[in-house]
Amino acid sequence: MSDKPDKLITDDGLRLDGRRADEIRPMKIEIGVLSRADGSCYLEWGRNKILVGVFGPREAHPRRLQRADTAVIRYRYNMASFSVEDRARPGPSRRSIEISKVSREAFEPVIMAELFPKTAIDIFVEILQADAGTRTAAINASSIALADAGIPMKGLVTSCAFGKVDGQIVLDLNKEEDNYGEADFPVAMTQDGEITLLQMDGHLTPEEIKKGLELIKKGCKEILEIQQTVLRKKFETPVEEPEAKAEETEIEAEETEPSLEYAPEAAVVEEVIEEAEELEEELSEETTEAGAVTETVPEAEELEEIVKEAEAEVVDGEAIEEAIEAEAEEEAEEETEEEAEEEAEEEAEEEAEEEAEEEAEEEAEEEAEEEAEEEAKGPWKVVKDPSESGSRGENDE
Amino acid sequence: MSEIINTLKKDYIYNLMIKGKRQDGRGFKDLRDIKLETNIISKAEGSAKVTLGDTQVLVGVKLQTGTPFPDSQDEGVIITNLELNPIASPEFEPGPPREDAIEMARVVDRGIRESGAIDIKKLCITVGESVWIVFIDVHVLNDDGNLIDASCLAAIAALMTTVVPNEQQGIGTNVPLAMKEIPVGVTLAKIGSKLIVDPSLDEEAVCETKMTIVSSSDGSVAGMQKMGSAPLTEAEVLEAIEIAREKAAELRELYLEELVRQE
Repeated sequence: MSDKPDKLITDDGLRLDGRRADEIRPMKIEIGVLSRADGSCYLEWGRNKILVGVFGPREAHPRRLQRADTAVIRYRYNMASFSVEDRARPGPSRRSIEISKVSREAFEPVIMAELFPKTAIDIFVEILQADAGTRTAAINASSIALADAGIPMKGLVTSCAFGKVDGQIVLDLNKEEDNYGEADFPVAMTQDGEITLLQMDGHLTPEEIKKGLELIKKGCKEILEIQQTVLRKKFETPVEEPEAKAEETEIEAEETEPSLEYAPEAAVVEEVIEEAEELEEELSEETTEAGAVTETVPEAEELEEIVKEAEAEVVDGEAIEEAIEAEAEEEAEEETEEEAEEEAEEEAEEEAEEEAEEEAEEEAEEEAEEEAEEEAKGPWKVVKDPSESGSRGENDE
Repeated sequence: MSEIINTLKKDYIYNLMIKGKRQDGRGFKDLRDIKLETNIISKAEGSAKVTLGDTQVLVGVKLQTGTPFPDSQDEGVIITNLELNPIASPEFEPGPPREDAIEMARVVDRGIRESGAIDIKKLCITVGESVWIVFIDVHVLNDDGNLIDASCLAAIAALMTTVVPNEQQGIGTNVPLAMKEIPVGVTLAKIGSKLIVDPSLDEEAVCETKMTIVSSSDGSVAGMQKMGSAPLTEAEVLEAIEIAREKAAELRELYLEELVRQE
């Protein structure tokens, strides 16, 4: 191990690697580097090299780990034996077990695990080369790997550390600063700035902590931008293609419409559409009814009562308000869950609708064919809305 | 089953908090009754037992000679271990330490190590060859919540009463372990939007997240750890630090300063 340098920060405010106090190390990210994982990310941050693979949601084994109401999230932080100066003993160390725990907790508020009961979402982190700040780097990489795996999240988690070096508060410590610095303070936060991981060791005054947290916010904002940029780069391009295709098909449809050959069928299809629309209306009436039932939330009344009770027994205005807020928050969470359920119901209904439509259309088509044969010689009527019939025909195929 | 109980308890504890109360009648910033006993295991070089409400933690300190780490040839070694004994709770099982036990041990260790509580340079016997290794073993005897604060307090108290057994090694007379700082850990739990000090077992079961802050006598912070799956806001973190420093100062004055030995 090298000896402590005389100065970790030069007089003109530059650090050993040439950064200023509020600058993060350069970050390089690659997405989807592992073909067998559901999502993966390779991240280099300074001299850190980190590989993350995400698997799941998949069946949780052993089965006793399964939870009936939510997915279990598992996070394994593992250091390669060759990742550090002195060979690390392979297998979980006490340090890696602790980091795995707090990192998992850093993701629990954002991963929508409740959507995948009885499953497991595995996040495997391999530290290939370590150079201070591996847990924060691993969290940044995991965030992207989770997005790559298509795991529903409320937002990305971003992580960064600050520390104290030569009495100065600096962002994103490098190895020398970590070794000889006076404090290390890793933080992970959501896009809304809520802190999901916080650890600290060293010697800091409350003022220094406040200053450091400001730096952290700046660093996390920059990292979030990098994360969003790489994710956009990977996933935004294909989104534009179907739009172009849709335009083409529309044009095709328009071109084919004037042809009289399609007219007889189209006329019948129009009837079918009307029938289908009636069906749809019926169905939508049902859905609105269903919606109306779930709208009356009994808890709301209870909540009001609680509020009244609480107000009656005024003890501490502030306490009451805050507690009510908390209740409301909880309520809101429950509501969002209900909403999610409703959505699921609606989706199911939509599927049913589609099926009904398809059936109706199939039936109608058969009828239409028969009718068309019968009416083949009859007089044609002008097709009123050819575009609609055209597009319907397209869907049917 | 325990989840159902937790849901019921949660409602109960929430409703109490609306009224500004806690289950056991404490204020949000009140600690439970503390009893600290030192030198209770004569075979250990230092020992302390802390009773925090119904939580009981026993810490024994043993010293052994060994080789120093290559990157700190003239410094003694601190090793902290925490065991969640099956005797302490029906939830605990024998076997290798669970992740929460490892986490707690490491938080206790970090507080002692980073605050510079032990003068580790004075634990060097021969540079690069032989140093004292300080084993801090935390034995949890009864878990009624907030094991970390009880462990921190017991560990520092045990260290403050530790004697370095030089005679046993034939290297002079026994001396008290050189201490430089008195770190104190204070844990806050977040329930709803309230922060409460010294969570009981029930409060721990229903709280969203906990944060332990270890602070030194100059009011600076030596270690922090957020535990639990709910996020905290920046304001909550700063508020927690303030409360923890205040409480730590109280604890230090009440229980630990009398243990400071004149050399």
